[in-house]
Amino acid sequence: MTMTSPTPTAPVKLAPASKSSAPQRPSRFRIGAGQQMKGGPFAYVALAVVGFGSLLPLYWTLVAASRTQDEVLASTPPFLPGGKLIENIQTAWEQANLGKAILNSVIVSSSITLATLFFCTLAGYAFAKMRFRGRGWLMTAVIATLTIPPQLSVVPLFMMMSGLGWGGQLESVIFPTLVSAFGVFFMRQYLIEALPYELIEAAKIDGANNLRIVVSVVLPVARPAMMVLGMLTFVQAWNDFFWPYLALNQQNPTLQVALGQLSASYTPDQSIVMAGALISTLPLLVVFVVFGKKIVGGIMSGAVKG
Amino acid sequence: MATSTPTRDAYATPPREPQKQPPSERRQLWRSRLWRFDDKASPYAYIAPFFLVFGAFGLYPLLYTGWIALHRVEMTGLDSMEWVGWENFDKILHDPEFWTSVSNTFLIGVISTVPQLLVALGLAHLLNYRLRASTFWRTVILTPYATSVASAALVFALVFRADGGLLNWALGLVGFDDTNWANGHWTSKIAISVIVIWRWTGYNALIYLAAMQAVPNDLYEAASLDGASRWQQFRKVTIPSLRPTILFTIVISTIGSMQLFGEPLLLEGGALGATGGNENQYETLSIYLYNYGWNLGHLGPAAAVAWAMLALLLIIAAANWFIGRFVRKSAV
Repeated sequence: MTMTSPTPTAPVKLAPASKSSAPQRPSRFRIGAGQQMKGGPFAYVALAVVGFGSLLPLYWTLVAASRTQDEVLASTPPFLPGGKLIENIQTAWEQANLGKAILNSVIVSSSITLATLFFCTLAGYAFAKMRFRGRGWLMTAVIATLTIPPQLSVVPLFMMMSGLGWGGQLESVIFPTLVSAFGVFFMRQYLIEALPYELIEAAKIDGANNLRIVVSVVLPVARPAMMVLGMLTFVQAWNDFFWPYLALNQQNPTLQVALGQLSASYTPDQSIVMAGALISTLPLLVVFVVFGKKIVGGIMSGAVKG
Repeated sequence: MATSTPTRDAYATPPREPQKQPPSERRQLWRSRLWRFDDKASPYAYIAPFFLVFGAFGLYPLLYTGWIALHRVEMTGLDSMEWVGWENFDKILHDPEFWTSVSNTFLIGVISTVPQLLVALGLAHLLNYRLRASTFWRTVILTPYATSVASAALVFALVFRADGGLLNWALGLVGFDDTNWANGHWTSKIAISVIVIWRWTGYNALIYLAAMQAVPNDLYEAASLDGASRWQQFRKVTIPSLRPTILFTIVISTIGSMQLFGEPLLLEGGALGATGGNENQYETLSIYLYNYGWNLGHLGPAAAVAWAMLALLLIIAAANWFIGRFVRKSAV
């Protein structure tokens, strides 16, 4: 043992030596050409134009929702919000069953978010840090499922749901979306870097079984990424339209379905439709204003790089 | 030894517990077996939920769609299936409306994806500068992503409205006559593309930005030492480094355009939405599927449409692969 022990430690000693050049790297990152050029006035003007275009439709939703249809469609459209907002929301509320729709949207989005967080963190951890047979191609399979549009399976899905007695029920939109391939990929990418093997091994030496490791080691480390994934999943679940529109009906809709049906009525009043659109968008806008930075960071960290 | 990962077996006997009599040794054997089982089975248990849910609600229905496509199934009686062979495929493949939807989907896909990704690339380049309030700009361009398809489509329906629409008013200021956007073959496709572009440009810009920030700066330094201008650096360093990301966004946007549903359904709403306009001028494949299955109530042909979409996707994937190979070869 005494003879062999120096040999394995040699590379370990070498590692810090080669790493000593690493601290230079971040600083070079900062001075370099690509990222560090200061934005000129043109950059600000261009961004302001794009920003204006991004926000204008949302502002227009508010204007249209707070006026009468005649004012909105007048030959010179209004540019400031009017005083009809509460009245229009009340009308939309009665016409489109909005109270129930909001409750349903909250139930559906929260259950999907919780389930996605739980299952995707587990799977992401397994793919990131556990060794098992078939890991490579199973991960490829997960990513491949991203390329299958939901359109391809809605017909049998609809028949299955009605067979299970879930026709028109919230279960029919919750169960197919309990997991997401993006979520698995996202958690895996995060845990590969954020969770050191040493931590897992230390827990094993202390006699922790795998479940214990997940609860006491993986979950605390994964929490920041879970926050971001939770927000992204919630946004997606809240805004989902295609399958809920096919699966649910007017008596038991989510917010988006109710909105679609509000506009599909015989002669929809545009102001009232816009009031409904405002109600369905507002919660997410609040989330964006509060957590904007986190969401931006989350989308960027989940991106495929180089 | 020092560098190899310790396996659980090495620690099956917890050091704290003192060694005892044979009965406890047997217990420890059991324990060691349990540990090993835990190690072997846990990863599969952790990934199982994903595959179970996908199998039940993704893969199985996808395959079953093909079976339904060979049957007569009506919305009014979901339990009864009657074998009809290729009739459903025959029906849709000889329906001019189907081919209109195919070409519409393709055209809208191109005029929404190409400008969107080009603008996103430019935006990412701008956001990659050192900016004041950079988080603010990033959040602002991402706000459309927070808006649902339904809300976005309904607001833009109001903007593109023929009588009293915001866009016609603005164009009127510079002397244009009113345009009936939803009625025209090209204008309706442009209107739908605008909704798509509005919602997704910021999102794609952030994905490009992330990739740009991962490009090592040595490359830029070397390029500027060689006397490359900013534009040359963008073309010769940034774009090639971003190629995998660009390919990824092209694939995702292509799949996304196959799925366009809310935008055409709600542009005019009501009965017109369900047929994609009075002359099907903006009917996409998803609308065609919905109209056959949920509006007219014939699920057999709707399933056939789904498999036709699958075939189209495979063709696009193959084309993508060939083009990618060709580009890579010519780049070397």
